[in-house]
Parts: sequence; C-alpha cells; structure tokens
Amino acid sequence: MNNIFKDVAGGFISLMIGMGITLKEFFRKPVTVHYPRESLKMTPRYRSHIIFTPDEDGASKCIACNMCVNACPSQCIYVEGEKKEGARKKSVTKYELNFTTCSLCGACVEVCPTDAIDFSKRYNLASPDKERFRRMDLCKDLEERNRKK
Amino acid sequence: MMELQPVHATGPQETFVLNLGPQHPATHGVLRIKLTMDGEFIKDAVIVAGYVHREHEKMGENRTWAQFLPNTSRIDYLSAMMYTHAYVGAVERACGIQPPSRAEYIRVITSELNRISSHLVWWGAYLLDLGGMTPLLYAFDDREKILDLLEALTGARLTYCYYRFGGVLEDVDDNFIAGTRAFVKEFRPRLRMFRRLVSENIIFRKRVENIGIIDAEMCRKYGATGPMIRGAGVPYDVRRAEPYSVYPELDFEVATDPAADSMGRYKVRMEEMEQSLRIIEQALDRLPDGPVMAKVPRVIKVPAGEYCYATEAARGRFEVRIVSTGKLIPHRIRLRTPCFGNLSLFEEAARGMMLADGIAMMGSLDLVIPDIDR
Amino acid sequence: MTTVEPIRLLLFLVGAASFVGLNAAYLVWVERKSAGRFQRRAGPTEVGYAGLLQPIADAIKLMSKQLIVPPGADRFLFRMAPVMMMPPAIMAFAILPFSEHLVAIDFNVGLIALFAFSSFNVIAVMLAGWSSRNKYGIISAARVVSQNVAYEIPMMLVIITMLLVSGTLSLTGIVEQQAGAFWNWNLFNLAANPLMPVTFIIFFICMLSETNRAPFDMAEAESELVAGAYTEYAGMGFGVFFMAEYANIIIGCALAVILFFGGWHSPIGVFPGVIWFLLKLYLLIFIVIWVRWTFPRTQFYGLLNLSWKILIPVTLFTFLLSSVMIKIF
Repeated sequence: MNNIFKDVAGGFISLMIGMGITLKEFFRKPVTVHYPRESLKMTPRYRSHIIFTPDEDGASKCIACNMCVNACPSQCIYVEGEKKEGARKKSVTKYELNFTTCSLCGACVEVCPTDAIDFSKRYNLASPDKERFRRMDLCKDLEERNRKK
Repeated sequence: MMELQPVHATGPQETFVLNLGPQHPATHGVLRIKLTMDGEFIKDAVIVAGYVHREHEKMGENRTWAQFLPNTSRIDYLSAMMYTHAYVGAVERACGIQPPSRAEYIRVITSELNRISSHLVWWGAYLLDLGGMTPLLYAFDDREKILDLLEALTGARLTYCYYRFGGVLEDVDDNFIAGTRAFVKEFRPRLRMFRRLVSENIIFRKRVENIGIIDAEMCRKYGATGPMIRGAGVPYDVRRAEPYSVYPELDFEVATDPAADSMGRYKVRMEEMEQSLRIIEQALDRLPDGPVMAKVPRVIKVPAGEYCYATEAARGRFEVRIVSTGKLIPHRIRLRTPCFGNLSLFEEAARGMMLADGIAMMGSLDLVIPDIDR
Repeated sequence: MTTVEPIRLLLFLVGAASFVGLNAAYLVWVERKSAGRFQRRAGPTEVGYAGLLQPIADAIKLMSKQLIVPPGADRFLFRMAPVMMMPPAIMAFAILPFSEHLVAIDFNVGLIALFAFSSFNVIAVMLAGWSSRNKYGIISAARVVSQNVAYEIPMMLVIITMLLVSGTLSLTGIVEQQAGAFWNWNLFNLAANPLMPVTFIIFFICMLSETNRAPFDMAEAESELVAGAYTEYAGMGFGVFFMAEYANIIIGCALAVILFFGGWHSPIGVFPGVIWFLLKLYLLIFIVIWVRWTFPRTQFYGLLNLSWKILIPVTLFTFLLSSVMIKIF
C-alpha cells in the first residue's frame, strides 16, 4: 500500500519534472537554420565532387597520368590526354567524372602527383537530368570558371 | 510484473500473420519481420533480412586493399569510424605497420565522438519508437555538434573514410581540439537533462523495465555483443577484452547492468556516453606531438595469410578477417557485424510478448539494417 | 416558442460549426508551432506570416486528394465512420455555455447530454478500424474500445462527485455556483472535497484518454500500428477524423473549465465572460499539447492498470469523501 503511494507520487513528480524541462526548451531560441533562406558555410575540408585546381595561367595541372583512374574504387573517372608539340608532359584533353557512382572517398585527390584536382564546396546539387551527373566534364567546368573570372 | 496471458489461453486458437515491414515506422529501415499474432500477442516471429544486401564482402574481393576503405564506413553508417578502424587495423597488423601514437590518439578521440553520436541517434529513435517525439530532436541537436566537429576534421558528416593504413588522413587542428573540449563540457549537463526528462520518467520506466529480458545465456547463444551483453551483466568489451589502439593506456569503466531488460541496455548505453566523454578528455590531455602517418609503401601488398582485427563498435564487436594470397587484391574479406547477432535473438525473445512490448524490445537492440544485410 | 427561437438556433448551429472548423484548423497550427518550439525548431513558417495560412493550404491539399476505399473494405461503414465522428462533436457545442448568454440550449441535463455525444467517437473510430480491412486497423479498433470502456468509469465517477458538489446537471447552473473570486471555483472548493485538485488531475487524465491524445494514443500509435484505425484513410476522410479529434479536445477542455475553473467567471472582474472562458479553454488546450510533446506513449496494459488499479479506487475514495463532507457541512 505504502509502495503504491510512493510509486504514484514519485511518478507524478517525474512527469512534472519532464514537463518543466520541455517548457524551458519552449522559451529558448530554435537551433535550426532556416534553409534555403539562410545556409551554412561549408568547412574548408568539405568533400564534394572533384574539380580542377588551375595553375597561374588558368590551365589544368593534370598530366593525364591515370593515377586517379586506377585509385578510384568505383571506376568513375575517365581521363584522356595528349602530348602537345614541344611540351614536356602530357596535358589533359578530357576528364569525365561519373558522379552517380562516386562515393566521395577522396582517393583520387590523395593520389594525384600534381595536385591537379581538389574537392569543390558545391553541395546544392540537383538536376532533373541524370546525364549532367553521369558525365561531369571537369575541363569544361574549368573553362567556365575561367570565363566568369 | 505480473504474468500476461492471452484471454483465451485454452479455447480455439486463431492467429493471423502481421507483416512488420519492410516499410514500417518501427523497423528504421527495410527490415521485415513476419509475426504470427494471437490477438496482440506475438506467437512467432520470423526475420526476413536482406532487403539492402550490397555484397560488401564480395566487393572486397574485387578491389585493391586501399580501395575497400570507403566501403567500411557504409556498412554501419552510424559508427563509420570504428568500422574503418577495424579494417585499417587488420591490414596494419598484417603488414606490420605501426601507426604513430598521435594518430592512435586521434583515432580514439574520433571513434569515441562517433560512438556518442551513434548512441544519440539510438536514444532519439528509441524514444520515437516509444512514442516520444521531442527527445529525438534534442538528441539531434547535440549530435549535430559532433557531426560539425567531424565534418571540419574529415570533410564528411557520416561516411568519414578518415583512417588510412598507417595513420589518419589529416592532422587535427586547434579548432577541433577546442571544439571537442567545449562539446565535452556542455554535453555533460545535457546528459543529466536527458536523464531527468526520460530515464526517470514513470511512463518510460513502465515501458522498458522488465520488458524484453535477454539474459547472458541467450546473448551467448546468438552471438549478441556490445550493449546487449553488457546489459545482461557481462562486462565484455572488446576495448578491454582484446585491447587495441591506445585503449589500455586510458582509464575508463566497462558499463554493465545486471537487469538484462530493455532498461538495462538503455542504462548501459547512457553510461557508455559518459565513459566516452571521459575517454575523450583523457585522450585530449595526452595527445602527443608528432606525425599522423607512418611510412607506408605507396601500394599496399599484404603478405599471404589470415589476419583479423576487432573493434568495439557502437553496437558491439565488429571484426574484420582478411585472407591474403600476397596479391594486390584481397582473397577474402569477412565482416562480422554486431547487428546480425543482436537481431537474430529477436525471434526467441519476442515469443509471447505483446506487440508494443516487442517493439520496445526491438528498439533497445539498436538495429542498423544495412549492418545486418551488409 | 417564439418566432425568434428557430433563427437563434440556426445562428448557433452555423456559429458552432464554424467555431469547430476554425478551431480545428488553427489548433493544428498551434500544435505544430508549439511542437516546433518544444523541440527547438521553428515550426511552419513558409505559408503566410509565421505559417498562418498553413492550415488552409493543408485543407486544400486534403480536399483535393482522391478518396480511396481499399479493396475488400466494407464500403458503407468505411465511408460512414468519418461522418459519424463529426456531427456528435458539433452537437455537443450546442450545450456548452460560452458565457452567461452565449449558449444555444440551456439544457437542464446538459452534462448527461454532453457525455452521450462525446462517447460517440469511440464507435466511429472502432468502425473505421474494423471496416478498413487492415490488420493494424483491427488491432487499433480493439484497443480503442477497451481503452474507452476503462476510462469512462473513472470519468463518470468524477462527474458524479462534481454533481454532488454542485447539485445540478445544468452546465449553466454549475458555472453560476462558482461566481465571484477564484477561490469560489470548484477546483479550490476544498470544503466540499479536500482532494479537489486530485479529482481534477484524474479528470484531465481521463479526458486525454477519451480523446485518444498522447500519451494515451494507443489507437494511432504510429510506431506500432502505423496509423491504427486511420491507416487506410486518405484525403478528407482522414481530415475529418483529424478535425473531430481537435473538436473533442475542445469539448473536453471546455468541460474542465466549466466543472473546475468557474466557466466564464473572471478572477479579477474585467473583460466580458466569453473572453475569460476562451482564455481558460486555450490554456488547458496548451497543456494538452504540452503533455503530448513531452511524454512517450504508455503501454496498453499499463494504461488499463492505471485506470482499474489507481484511478477508479481513488475516484471512489474522493466520491465517498465528498459525500461525507457535504453531509457534515
């Protein structure tokens, strides 16, 4: 009998404590960010899909050595390159990333001997067209960025 | 607690089959449980797993040692750090690579942060299973802080892929250390708040105490590990039983609870979060200077043989067994995941329970479905 | 009966129906907004200022959806269930006295009529679960019946206790007795029943259970029964259940205000009575929402245990106590 009273009273107090806690939270500011009205800045190490890092002239540093192609666990990179007249090294002519199978592991960035590729900070990636992600042309992307500058 | 009996314990038995899943709010993923119900009582349960089977083990046989790294964080996406640690550890053990001690300490810190964030998801989701919506959001508020820290460090929020053979990808910076210290400081009062809001709540206690008894014997039978077996009073923790990394140098207790019911498992996980905070604090204090990567050959070649390495993941013992024939790619990668063992005892434990209790028990198993199916 | 009477009644009917509709819609907004605040989110913000047009957008969405009857379901009962849910709830508003003069019918057995109407929703939910030919729905139907049977009894015992204290079945009469300062409210009428606050808490618990609100929302326990009896309902069929749920909350809270908080009587004497009535009403509704977003759901047999082992003995005791007190004083 005594136990029941203790149980009921203790239980009731525990419920009141719980309600007190939620009421306190009720009057605190929301912690959410009102996306898309405001958005957070990506951290410097944020890993989105890869892009070329240009050299001083705005050209790609890629030497089409295929190291990234071999390192990639999901075979989602395709590189073509050619040796231009008088150049010492090969230069890239086509660099395609199949973003639909990329797992953003960063093996390609790590292995690159010339630091030609790096992670972008783009995260608002959506398109009604799957092809846009299936063949992401990094050379074209670099050209576009150069033009915008 | 009194014995619950179906009303018509003798009379004609009419049962029906209830498909819990593959799309059901309580299974947290595509898990299907075929329940044979007698009214509200579960007479029999058959687990139908495999809806998200992705052949991680087979994938391992088709790529180089390093290329398997991203896979490890996608098996149990909530404790990616510990899973990568086990795989990296197995290869390091095979090749005789000794990672520098700074890297080992960073691994411990990030693993324990990951453990807290995993337990927070479980805590919130468990309360969601029991019908309490608000704790989930409180848990995610704190988890967000951990994810922000880890994102700044590794570049990803869930699938970190941060450990490498012989160390870690990048060194921690002062921001991370200061942020982690701040988190540890402000998370302790939050844990106290959680305890007052939920653990002591009479409704919650009535729902989990003496519900879903899973004793040590049943855990042994089905190979259940982690908080499951610790919640049954057995102090089995891979961090202590088969010490790895720098855990032997750190002072922490293995949380156990003799109750063996859902509350016991709940308490163990809550206590583990506190212990993880202690580990993080100690590891931050002792964090040595030095490199974070050992000298490792560019192309890893594992000498022929069989090697294994186990870590204590958030859900129990995760073990990687690799078989090498000395080639560039593994001969076999075997992953022993904790959730599979933890789930398989559901059939036996759920028999005779009421539906709502069965779900309260299933929530306390802390299942991650891709981890079961891998 | 004068010629004005039918017009007056018609006006009240329209008034009650629109009051229910508006309140149901905007209580959803209040619920979502305060749920957001309890969970430290913003809640609805996009549609209109502070999301104020959200209920209207929701209503348009629900109304534009197809009404699906699952194959194998009992078509007639499946369609009837939501219809049966709403009218009793609106009818109950005819009896509720919002202020001294703002009452459609001043019934002398108003309390009994109110209960007759408000226990109707059990049948509707049961039929919904039963007719939709869904296993979750059937479990939910069985739950809702046994839950309501268990909670009608302590509820009735509380009502009888309050009848002893007030001595009338008329809702206006009950309120009139509590006129004056707030210590005249039944809640503080400790001379008649020293355990009055306990009686109120029991009433509140029973009210939560009657209206299937958390933490007693067994019938639609979303983590066990998906959506229980409402699983198969789409569009406005679901919308009507939703509205009726809020209408029932309003009735329950209004009854609590009438029985315990002195109805339209103001504790300090300013403002017209109806404002005080609504103020007390919405305060109680806020508590209902607050309770929902704080606690986990109770277990089914725990709920029945609470009713039969704690609430019924305690209400019997308070009933006995107040009869003795009234006899003595």
